[in-house]
Amino acid sequence: MGRYVLTRLWQSVLTLVLASLVVFIGVRQLPGDPALAMAGEEASPEQLAAVRADLGLDQPLLTQYVAFVRNMFQGDFGESTRTGTPVTELVATTLPVTLWLSAYAIVVAIVVGILLGVVAERFRGRWPEWVANAMALIGLSVPNFWLGILAILYLAVTLGWFPASGYVDVLSDPLRGLYYLTLPALILGTGLAAVIMRQTRASMIETMTTDYVRTARAKGLGRGRVLVRYGLRNSLIVVVTIVGLQLGGLISGAVVTERIFALPGFGKLTLDAVFTRDYPVIQAVVLIITVSYILINLAVDILYSVINPKIRVGGAA
Amino acid sequence: MLQDAENILEVTDLEIAFGGTPVLHRIGFSMRRGERVAIVGQSGSGKSTAIGAILRLLPGSGRITHGSIVLGGGTTRGEVEDLATASEPVMRAIRGERIGLVPQDPMSNLNPAMRIGAQVADALVANRTTEGKPDRAQIRSQAVALLAEAGIPDAERRYGQYPHEFSGGMRQRVLIAIALAGKPELLIADEPTSALDVTVQRQILNHLQSLVDARGTSLLFVTHDLGLAADRTDRIIVMSEGRIVEVGTPREILLDPQHEYTRQLVAAAPSVAAALGAGTLADPTPENPARAGSILVVESLVKEFALRGQRGSSIRAVDDVSFEVEPGTTTAVVGESGSGKTTVARIILGLETASSGRALIDGESLTTTRGARRRALRRKVQPVFQDPYGSLDPTYSIERLIDEPLRIFGVGSRSSRQDRVAELLDQVALPRTVAQRRPNELSGGQRQRVAIARALALEPELLICDEAVSALDVLVQDQILTLLADLQERLGLTYLFITHDLSVVRQIAHCVVVMRSGVVVENGTVDEVFNHPTADYTRELLGAIPGAAFAA
Repeated sequence: MGRYVLTRLWQSVLTLVLASLVVFIGVRQLPGDPALAMAGEEASPEQLAAVRADLGLDQPLLTQYVAFVRNMFQGDFGESTRTGTPVTELVATTLPVTLWLSAYAIVVAIVVGILLGVVAERFRGRWPEWVANAMALIGLSVPNFWLGILAILYLAVTLGWFPASGYVDVLSDPLRGLYYLTLPALILGTGLAAVIMRQTRASMIETMTTDYVRTARAKGLGRGRVLVRYGLRNSLIVVVTIVGLQLGGLISGAVVTERIFALPGFGKLTLDAVFTRDYPVIQAVVLIITVSYILINLAVDILYSVINPKIRVGGAA
Repeated sequence: MLQDAENILEVTDLEIAFGGTPVLHRIGFSMRRGERVAIVGQSGSGKSTAIGAILRLLPGSGRITHGSIVLGGGTTRGEVEDLATASEPVMRAIRGERIGLVPQDPMSNLNPAMRIGAQVADALVANRTTEGKPDRAQIRSQAVALLAEAGIPDAERRYGQYPHEFSGGMRQRVLIAIALAGKPELLIADEPTSALDVTVQRQILNHLQSLVDARGTSLLFVTHDLGLAADRTDRIIVMSEGRIVEVGTPREILLDPQHEYTRQLVAAAPSVAAALGAGTLADPTPENPARAGSILVVESLVKEFALRGQRGSSIRAVDDVSFEVEPGTTTAVVGESGSGKTTVARIILGLETASSGRALIDGESLTTTRGARRRALRRKVQPVFQDPYGSLDPTYSIERLIDEPLRIFGVGSRSSRQDRVAELLDQVALPRTVAQRRPNELSGGQRQRVAIARALALEPELLICDEAVSALDVLVQDQILTLLADLQERLGLTYLFITHDLSVVRQIAHCVVVMRSGVVVENGTVDEVFNHPTADYTRELLGAIPGAAFAA
């Protein structure tokens, strides 16, 4: 097991190096000039050159990259070319919002998805399955922003159950914080919940007809116990893999959701930075997204090996 | 409700239908307390359906449409109960506690994601007699004791292991421990050892029998193997196509079968035939020694596999194996799983390279020849694999499947190839109309005929049959073996028959190579090996053939 994790870690580091290169080059290929954006349209060529020199943009690309990497290792991502605020500070204020939102959405998606999936299997061919299937279909096919607008209109404005926008720090006021995040998390989680529901249902249907489930019932175990200990446990192996593949999509989904609910999160920071060609911010943001993507995949792989004993032993043998 | 208080089970007029189609036609039988009864029949005979009905665990759309299944009462455990109409809570109490099940396939009947100890503990928890919260330590020690009793060595340590860390035989022992956890009065064993090697099969059945005898448990033993049924039970029920065709003691059934179907079954049962020393299909003196010398020469073959994750250490799957095969004869390579027999076959076919030694077909080796010579050599040797379900591409038509080797080798034109396919279908006794069908529309036996036709397409000299009949029912197995013997006579084919089943060897082979742990332990003609085995292991294998007791 230890060796398996080490190998995966090494692969992750390699991915990270490649990603930093792609980000660095990619950002510089974007149309638009940060110096121009900073200095304004009316700036003279001398002023522009001064701004460029100040930002280090007049250096060769390789020198810029080395500086970028060196600073990164010192925890210095530079300053926003637009506001002059250190990028680390920008990230520190916006990242928690997105993390809370995503974590909340994942929890909602897993709980709702697995519950609906199990219900659909347990009541095959009867109305609860149809309801669950219909919900999954809606979750998959209706775009997030549209669901978000509907939710704001009916659940927030008409019924007044939830706030339409705004953010309260979860750590300083957990209850209110989660309350404010509930609607965004529901919206962000729908797509994932639908995928989990379908996957759970499909693999439950398969596992519940296996020989070991029949044997479990022949032991005299009740349906509920068989469902959870024999059916669900084996179905989850497949579900975890699928969820892992879907998590990356959650980050891009968060950008849209944050915009709808006006949350001061990472998504907003990203959009603003792209629009103003704020190189340091874009670089940091994209790198952080990449790192989280890699970490999520690593976590999923390790989790998978915990659930599926065969992989665990395979890695150690 | 119960006609005889001494009976533990009375099945009357039982009819079971799947989606409106009856598959079990009003069958009736009874079992006395402590009796051992076998239900024998081929797949599709309804024997597994009957068991599903008794446990009320019928798959899918299966329903009991008529009749009763009365479980005898009178013990401290519970009352007389009609299982055909009992409610689910009543059935839950009966399952495990009054009726235990040892299922068929040890590979698929344990939860792969759960420690085996916990799976035994589940059975104990489900059948607890005391109320309230289970005492975990107590359950655990009981489960360990059960595992040890079922013959799992070092049960305390193995309690925490997962199913994939156990061999098939050990898994079956775990399943036996689970079945006995609730101390049932009636134990149903559904083909409990069909998936296991003969010697393991014998150990496990002996063990199961001693456990059942010690407890006075009644045993309902379901099997397709008449010899096994005769060895292990007091009474045999023969089923065919959802009906009971004959009931009798093993002696009556084997030596004086009344029903036509039973007669066929007795004649075809390879174990019984082998034990009775009759029914050899192999032509004793092959007629066309057209060429002098051997068509296949295996010389000091060695194959080592590196062990994963342990640098430098390896396992010798094949260890200095040598033998020769004369043209027009059948040589069987016999051994249990892990004996290296399949690796030998794969090396001969060029699917695996030998670590050292050679396998020569007509003096040439598939591993060293290249290009056109290798292609020419490939035409001479063709495989027939075990699983007729897995070895045929389900998306191809039968014609395309048989035609494929011809196309690959660019033999003939389109129309001449069509004629050739028709001819091949004739040779394997399949109607020409199957050419346009797909594998899933054919039965297992028909598929294996297709696999043989495909193998014959290039007019090979040597067929490598890897467990080619193991997946088939006895009657079908018999038909395929007859077909192979017939083809050998007509086409002068040479067979290398890889099998774990000694009874099949007796039926078809001229020579036998007995392998164990990668080593050849015995090599000779069938008569020599069967009548005067020199190796202890061969004697053990021969002794393990079920039905041997009725040879006298």
